[in-house]
Amino acid sequence: MNGGEAILKALKEQGVDTIFGYPGGTVIPLYDSLYDDDLRHILVRHEQCAVHAAEGYARASGKVGVCLATSGPGATNLITGIADANMDSTPIVAITGQVNLDAIGNDAFQEADIIGISMPITKHSYQINSLDSIPSIVKSSFDIAKTGRPGPVVIDFPKEMQEGELSKYETTLIENPGYNPTLGGNIKQVKKACELIKQSKNPIILAGGGIIISGANKELEKFAKTIKAPVVTTLMGKGAVPEDEEYALGMLGMHGRIVANKNINKSDLLIAIGCRFSDRTTGKIEEFIPNGKIIHIDVDPAEIGKNIDVDIPIVGDALNVLKMFNNQLTKYQPNPNAVKWYDGLKNKKLKFNLKTDYDTNPLMPQTVIKEISDSLTDDTIVVTDVGLHQMFAAHYLNVNKPRKFISSGGLGTMGYGFPAAIGAKVACEDDPVIAICGDGGFLMVSQELATVQTYDLPLIITILDNRKLGMVYQWQNLLYNKRLSQTDLGTVPDFVKLAESYGINGVNITKPGETKEVIKKAIKDNEAILLNIDIQKDEFLPMVPPGSAVEEVLGDYDFEDESLTNEDAAK
Amino acid sequence: MFKNHTISILVENKPGVLQKVTGLFTRRGFNIESITVGSSEVENLARMVIVVYADLKGLEQVKKQLNKLVDVIKVIELDPNSSVKRELCLIKVKTNDAKARTEVMQYTEVFRCNIVDVCDHAITLEVIGHPNKINALIKLLKNYGIKKIARTGPTAVSRGLVL
Repeated sequence: MNGGEAILKALKEQGVDTIFGYPGGTVIPLYDSLYDDDLRHILVRHEQCAVHAAEGYARASGKVGVCLATSGPGATNLITGIADANMDSTPIVAITGQVNLDAIGNDAFQEADIIGISMPITKHSYQINSLDSIPSIVKSSFDIAKTGRPGPVVIDFPKEMQEGELSKYETTLIENPGYNPTLGGNIKQVKKACELIKQSKNPIILAGGGIIISGANKELEKFAKTIKAPVVTTLMGKGAVPEDEEYALGMLGMHGRIVANKNINKSDLLIAIGCRFSDRTTGKIEEFIPNGKIIHIDVDPAEIGKNIDVDIPIVGDALNVLKMFNNQLTKYQPNPNAVKWYDGLKNKKLKFNLKTDYDTNPLMPQTVIKEISDSLTDDTIVVTDVGLHQMFAAHYLNVNKPRKFISSGGLGTMGYGFPAAIGAKVACEDDPVIAICGDGGFLMVSQELATVQTYDLPLIITILDNRKLGMVYQWQNLLYNKRLSQTDLGTVPDFVKLAESYGINGVNITKPGETKEVIKKAIKDNEAILLNIDIQKDEFLPMVPPGSAVEEVLGDYDFEDESLTNEDAAK
Repeated sequence: MFKNHTISILVENKPGVLQKVTGLFTRRGFNIESITVGSSEVENLARMVIVVYADLKGLEQVKKQLNKLVDVIKVIELDPNSSVKRELCLIKVKTNDAKARTEVMQYTEVFRCNIVDVCDHAITLEVIGHPNKINALIKLLKNYGIKKIARTGPTAVSRGLVL
């Protein structure tokens, strides 16, 4: 067995069924082994999309995503996705080709020090320098990628290691004495936290991506309902609780929902679970939860106290810790004040419905997202790109199940959405997958239409086309004196013709109702389609300007009940 | 309050570990005042002693981030009151005449240095001790003209049986 065959075998032992990749000089031997193997390989058209697809695959399935690229430029093209996975705690293993061991350091053709380059943005990395270590390195990489706080692991695989023969295929344990994630949660801390919960009149839960990663959504629901705490989420936490439920107030933060933003600072107890207090979530950190105590539950001890001082830190996996809470609170009688607060916010949520019914040309983004929302089943996976359309989607879409809303959160990677949707579709063949992109981000990765066509992936691609770099355009308008520097993207290309040139159906959407109709039909027919949706360029989503407190929302929402204003949500 | 803190880190003795540790300081915006690395009492493990200028919150964050590195086994902060800190320094000082030479040699005794090299117009001293002691000696010798200084940076261990 040669090294190439060994790594494929080791990957399959880890449960890998699909890898995303692009061949090149130093991975020819590995691709040669793949030629006879039954492991599925999805050929993307740019390495960056291989890593984003692996991320989408991982986020949709909960398994480790795997991507493969050649040395040098192939490997460096993975960097953005590796950084993205690192920020969003997405478990991926990136395998890169490398020049022969004796050529390393000689500036050989297509040589890059990918271990060094990726060091600050990986959870760990290995360079294979002995053939017999291949199975063990693969096992260790997967263990590290998926346990504790998940993250990306790089395996650098020199060409000669792919070609050489192993003396013995054997998986031994690579000891990493420095790696012991704390998963348990400290019962003493949980009990102390329960005491705070009992005294709290206005408890609120901030749920992050950690809930989804650890599969703690059911326990979270139970916990929130027991203690009568409404739940707000981060962007990464969308789907942690069913957003159709009244106690789920939706996303908090820079583009958060008004009831969430206007009320969180009234809380006397914030229970933050699996989140890291990003500036986009908290607004001005000094004015976040000014009068309340904070319980912070996270599997990564370094997140606790990093951005905000907390009263009760609990290090552990969200699922384990929430189970401990729920066990402690079996006979819990909620504080009557908390019940009042909980019911009050539930009612407020119902009252502050946003208007989405507009009859304009071009369409309003709110209308489009509402139509997408109306055409979803609970199993539909929505994958967004990054920018204004992403925030409209996060704001106006209700997500009811975990792993059904996938977006680049921490790194904010334009060009993420479309390839990640490909990965999600490959992972979950039976679930409809909708990519929501802007025209700018889509154009960064539009060549992947070839991948969609080649593998006959019934992916629904929506482009909210305002011919602007929308988010920057909004900032320039609101915060930079309308100095619209380089944010007009013109009118090229014709996205429908572009799709058609790849053999994919495209349709221009200009009227209300069409989006829903086309998507529903595409889901029914199970075929790929691109919707180019002409939207208003000047429709802004209200925002918390950077550096302002989270309740200081700039811009007015249109509510269904026209008598309501933003400020009413605070009352 | 910002001040110097001494952290002792037990790490796997593998290629790239030093880069990971120092890279982490850079990325998180902390400045390494000094760093010493050498093998430890355990085979295949090395000990790094790093002095970092930080406030308490920053120090806490550095320790936690270091602990996250897979190759880092243990991180402890050494309390200056209950640890021993030593540095080695080589100083080449000019001794243009007999008077200067005599005086420098007297200091050598006071500071318990070793003379490791002598030539016509210079003496090279080896001094070991707390960084403060070395600073004091350097200050005195400056009057004669220092040609070269090479310092190792401090290394440290805790006193008694505590870890």
